[in-house]
Amino acid sequence: MPTTEVLAAGPRPLPMAGLGADFWATQGQNLLFGAIAILAFLAIIALIMFGADLVKGGARDKVQLVVLITPVLALLGVGLIYPALDTTWLSFNEISNEPDPTTGIYTTTMQFVGLDNYRFAFSDPTTLRTILNTFVWMVLVPILSTGIGLAYAVFIDKAKGEKVLKSLVFMPMAISLVGASVIWGNIMYDYNQVGEQTGMLNALRALFGMDPYNFLTDNPWNTFWLIVILVWIQTGFAMVILSAAIKGVPAELNEAASLDGANAWQSFWRITIPSIRSTIVVVLTTITIMALKVYDIVRTVTQGRDQTDVVANKMYVLSFVEGREALGAALAVILFIFVIPVVVYNVRSLNKVKETH
Amino acid sequence: MSVTMPPQHPVDDETPTQGKALPTKRSDKAKERLSSPWATVAAIVIAVFWTIPTIALFMSSLVPGDRYRTDAWWTVMADGALTFENFSHVLFDSFGDNSTAPPLLQYVFNSIVVTVPSVVFPVVLGLMAAYAFAWIPFRGSSFLFVLIFALQVVPLQLALIPLLRLLGPENLGLAGEFSGVWIAHTIFALPLSVFLLHNFVSHIPREVLEAARVDGASHTQVFFRIIIPLSLPAVASLAIFQFLWVWNDLLVSAVFGSAETYPLTYPISNLAGDYGQYAYLVPPAAFISMIIPLIVFFSLQRYFVRGLLAGSTKG
Repeated sequence: MPTTEVLAAGPRPLPMAGLGADFWATQGQNLLFGAIAILAFLAIIALIMFGADLVKGGARDKVQLVVLITPVLALLGVGLIYPALDTTWLSFNEISNEPDPTTGIYTTTMQFVGLDNYRFAFSDPTTLRTILNTFVWMVLVPILSTGIGLAYAVFIDKAKGEKVLKSLVFMPMAISLVGASVIWGNIMYDYNQVGEQTGMLNALRALFGMDPYNFLTDNPWNTFWLIVILVWIQTGFAMVILSAAIKGVPAELNEAASLDGANAWQSFWRITIPSIRSTIVVVLTTITIMALKVYDIVRTVTQGRDQTDVVANKMYVLSFVEGREALGAALAVILFIFVIPVVVYNVRSLNKVKETH
Repeated sequence: MSVTMPPQHPVDDETPTQGKALPTKRSDKAKERLSSPWATVAAIVIAVFWTIPTIALFMSSLVPGDRYRTDAWWTVMADGALTFENFSHVLFDSFGDNSTAPPLLQYVFNSIVVTVPSVVFPVVLGLMAAYAFAWIPFRGSSFLFVLIFALQVVPLQLALIPLLRLLGPENLGLAGEFSGVWIAHTIFALPLSVFLLHNFVSHIPREVLEAARVDGASHTQVFFRIIIPLSLPAVASLAIFQFLWVWNDLLVSAVFGSAETYPLTYPISNLAGDYGQYAYLVPPAAFISMIIPLIVFFSLQRYFVRGLLAGSTKG
């Protein structure tokens, strides 16, 4: 029941005080710049495409092929493949910035140190803990999201208001990881040592006469409470995709099973699960990759305090805050090593699908 | 991405629609027995657990600053003291850990300027490549496609430092500008964009394209006359997907942006972890940051779901 009285009461600075004199000019300029960039981009693409159409004879197809694929290949080569290789190379080096003994000028030198950065990553307790935490994320997030999503999809299948029920669980997908972190870190998990509990979960505990619990400092469980945030977001994704798969299971199969006297539980395990197995695998892999790369949650909620850090956040801090790029690079490579099995598996299944087409 | 599909796979496009009406009825019967009272209870618990947090965020953002630390929103609500004042303060006055911090409205505009081009660029470039990979045979085509597909899972952390150097002052000088953020977002979105659109474009009936080619249409003409109009559904779902991704992104914007370009997520993330006297500004700001994605989500949910399904279940 919001009241507007507070708004009117008491002197307040002018409501627009925060917007500087040139605020609208700057924002207008930025918006215009964005619009021009889009139009220019589309115009250039169209010009090049139609330019390639003027080519006569047998070369035309080739020129047009080049026009079609070059932007993507060039951007990926320069912006993703080369940087990835460069980072990998950097991870085997040490960067030092020291004054030259004779001239005294600071110079940056790169020295090959082999696996030193990796050795450090796996021996330094903080960094090792970071790697272990990432591993826990990688295992728990996909299992919990897929498990809950599947259960929910089955429970609400063909239920009244299925669409609305789906939207409720799916909605967090639209919320940023930062927003979700605020929701959970600042509101659900909030903890007051004394006085009224403002956090929803601690208020619930108080209702049952339990002591308040500091979710975010209780190592090692705090990592689990952070994981809950990503599960909250990803369950909707798992649910929507698994629900579509369940609806595709041929009705005849369930029909036959029920004629054979199978109960709902049995036909779920013997019919539904095997029929949607491949979809489950896809959902698990997609969420695994997501869980590995997530850095927003840890950065927003704990900044890695109380041993909650993960590789993705640590890598950011090392590279962009502490200036230890080489170690940061090693962590990025470790992150990549975690996904290599997923890449190999997916490429193999893609090839299989291509063969059968 | 899927493997060893059962013969009559659910989301396979090529499953004929014949005989749909009857089986649905029969499956209704088969499914009925699955919904035991316990399943209903469990479903309700999940639904509540997934909804309450967002509602709690909204209610918390209505708590006046002087009571935020001490009183829960339901206590404040019982007193009738909830107020929308925080929203106007955050949007127009100041958002940050001191009163000279710029207002959130600036970041709302930044998010828009960052997001829209970052959606258009990879979708257009991806559609061009998708057409080439799907319909123009050339040497190395399948190798390149598999490579792009595999790049989808490369953590973008692996590319951050060198790409920042490429875009940085020593080279292109675009880091910290909107254009630098657009380029970074475009690059990171391309693998998924090419892959998703390829799945769709390759399902366009062969006869349609061949007829045009026989009539002497060039690749450019086919692209503009056939590929673009027929791919619009896929383009729509990819665009929504990419919109939500960029709007909600923190990492790319934090690395490639600057104080002039930071989107909503950046100041919110900074203030959220600092539980000081300005903590009460975080919930309204977080809620503001969700409004646009939630509108996009609820109004275009169908396309979004379609995009997700295409991205993760089709070979």
